[in-house]
Amino acid sequence: MTSPLIRIEGLYQLFGKNPQTHMHLVKAGKTKDEILAETGHTLGLKDINLEIQQGEIFVIMGLSGSGKSTLIRHFNRLIDPTEGRVIVEDEDIMELDAKSLRNFRQKKMSMVFQRFGLLPHYTVQENVAFGLRAQGVGKEEREKKAKQWLEDVGLAGYENQYPAQLSGGQQQRVGLARALCTDAEILLMDEAFSALDPLIRSEMQDQLMALQDRLHKTIVFITHDLDEALRIGDRIAILRDGELVQVGQPADILLHPADDYVEKFVRDVNRARALTVETVMKPPTHRIDAKTINDALAHMRSAKSGYAFYVNDEGYQGFVSEENLAKVAKEKGKEPLCEDYYEDSFVISPETPLEEVIPQTLDHDHPLPVVNEAGELTGELSRDDLVQVLTHTPTSDAAGNDDASEDEGTAKGTSKEPPAA
Amino acid sequence: MSWLTEFPQLSRRDLLTLRQTLDEGYRSFSRSYGEAIENFFDPLLAFLVWFENLLVEAPWWVVIAAILGITHYAARSIKLTVGVGISLFLVGFFGMWEDTMSTLSIITVCTLISIALGIPMGILMARSHRAQSIITPVLDIMQTMPAFVYLIPVVMLLGIGKIPGLIAVIIYAIPPVIRLTNLGIRLVDKEVLEAADAYGVTPMQRLFNVQLPLAMPNIMAGINQTIMMALAMVVIASMIGVSGLGQPVLRSITNQYFTLGILNGAAIVVLAIIFDRVSQSYAKRSQRYMRSGS
Ligand SMILES: Nc1ncnc2c1ncn2[C@@H]1O[C@H](COP(=O)(O)OP(=O)(O)OP(=O)(O)O)[C@@H](O)[C@H]1O
Ligand SMILES: [Mg+2]
Repeated sequence: MTSPLIRIEGLYQLFGKNPQTHMHLVKAGKTKDEILAETGHTLGLKDINLEIQQGEIFVIMGLSGSGKSTLIRHFNRLIDPTEGRVIVEDEDIMELDAKSLRNFRQKKMSMVFQRFGLLPHYTVQENVAFGLRAQGVGKEEREKKAKQWLEDVGLAGYENQYPAQLSGGQQQRVGLARALCTDAEILLMDEAFSALDPLIRSEMQDQLMALQDRLHKTIVFITHDLDEALRIGDRIAILRDGELVQVGQPADILLHPADDYVEKFVRDVNRARALTVETVMKPPTHRIDAKTINDALAHMRSAKSGYAFYVNDEGYQGFVSEENLAKVAKEKGKEPLCEDYYEDSFVISPETPLEEVIPQTLDHDHPLPVVNEAGELTGELSRDDLVQVLTHTPTSDAAGNDDASEDEGTAKGTSKEPPAA
Repeated sequence: MSWLTEFPQLSRRDLLTLRQTLDEGYRSFSRSYGEAIENFFDPLLAFLVWFENLLVEAPWWVVIAAILGITHYAARSIKLTVGVGISLFLVGFFGMWEDTMSTLSIITVCTLISIALGIPMGILMARSHRAQSIITPVLDIMQTMPAFVYLIPVVMLLGIGKIPGLIAVIIYAIPPVIRLTNLGIRLVDKEVLEAADAYGVTPMQRLFNVQLPLAMPNIMAGINQTIMMALAMVVIASMIGVSGLGQPVLRSITNQYFTLGILNGAAIVVLAIIFDRVSQSYAKRSQRYMRSGS
């Protein structure tokens, strides 16, 4: 793995008058509430360590007040940490003086805000060009670029409108165009789509994904909506009361929530939509590469499975059952397996959402073969596996322990409900 | 135990010596520096006189045309322009043209100076809590201290005339523009400021491209109030030699000329309404982009 583009090391944020003098309480492991009661200081972030790779969409999520905005504002130093380092491309941005920090913000990172943060007295085009203007780019060039980006986000023709004349969705497109216009490599998005209604929001998500396919930016995306996180995130970090509780790929989080807090988040998610086949399929145990029908029969009998997926050098070939092969074994047992003996069976692809394969999987007694684009058998998906993933609430790793019931009891009493999906 | 029944006060003699020493001190200060300070204000006086003469001596129809032009440029409202024209004509028709022009000139100059001093002070207050905590009580004093009281040292220093009048008017009228500049900047949407910072603006760009434009509605309201307060001071300022509509009002009070008083008072009201309407509709027009659907 290449070295990460952004690295956050031991980041602490304690809000209040004298954060330094109370840091020992934080280090001693006191909780946010205890510290607030004792010192009047609010613990914003506690020992955050993160690595973000070039080109990924890294989602940070958590309930309201968990410190998401505080964390993302450290990336471009809108907030100075009480302790810790933020390293971007091997440069510690805590070391930058005012001028280099401005330069860093102009060139390296741009930001999209929840309530858009547009300048009401500038036209849409001037807003988009704002970053370039701060850089001192000439009027003609910045207008040309702004126009281009407005077109890319689907707002051609709105150049001379003022933000107040646009709908929320359109305003956020302006915000996005403004962020893209500086060609910064890193995009910070703080609940960028949260203020939009669901339809517009999913439109914006699609647009962001489409742009990302083209631009390959590194995106730090904040949301409190798990569906959104699962939809766009390559990796997801979950924040609770200023602490990271889990960082992982979407399927990881869904299938193996680290604790009750995460579990509550994922409980209401539509897993059939959020998970793809490859995240729940099992390795292909019923795979045979037998030369002849007899070989195949022998395999199936020893495995006691009654069916198999036949694979040769060219990849997945077809589905065979013991019952049907046994019928022809007497006469043709020595002949190689070929198309004539394959049975009808669905083949599913690893990237398909579970939702789309539910009917076929449930219709078949045997697992369905999962075959990738290259024609290779990568796994199998059984009815039982599917049903289990879709119906059982995931048991969190913590709850798997012996003292789980006790743990759960106390946790449920204190923690807040997750937002409705 | 006399302090229980009687207020423990300074003896009469002590009080007298205190007053005499202070007065004497101030008098000798004004004797030695009065002239220097007067010289300092000479350019301002020259400008004031020049501007007043310009308004008084120019043909009346040129002045009216100029005012109507400004009105129309600022407000773009035919109704307002016609109204202003008619009221100015009536003011002249009743023989108050010259006084009105004098008042107009001193109000204009006072407003310009108030803006030039007040906005930077408001910016300073918005930037520093300490500046705010020092300036705020001073503004409170300036607004509540009876105007006559601070006229005394000004007159002792500079005598009777236009400049002391101008200073008195400014002291009385400048607080709103300072206060509302400060307030306006402090009320600027935090997220918009953050956005500006996130794109790496310099402190100057931040002030001039973001904070001041967004504070403008409040600053304009402050300027409007400053103008109104300056007009309210015109009569008092006339007591120390400021020419204009205040003089005849003063004369009417002492001689009980009821009609003269009413007419000149009405002329002041006319000026106030013109200033108010024009500056407000200019403010509205220049901020229309802030509201949706226009
Ligand atoms: N400037 C500040 N001074 C004191 N406390 C602060 C400050 N900024 C944030 N906090 C505290 O830090 C905690 C985290 O706030 P933050 O705004 O980062 O939450 P969030 O996860 O972004 O929430 P939301 O989803 O509501 O935006 C809160 O408890 C908040 O009260
Ligand atoms: Mg937030």
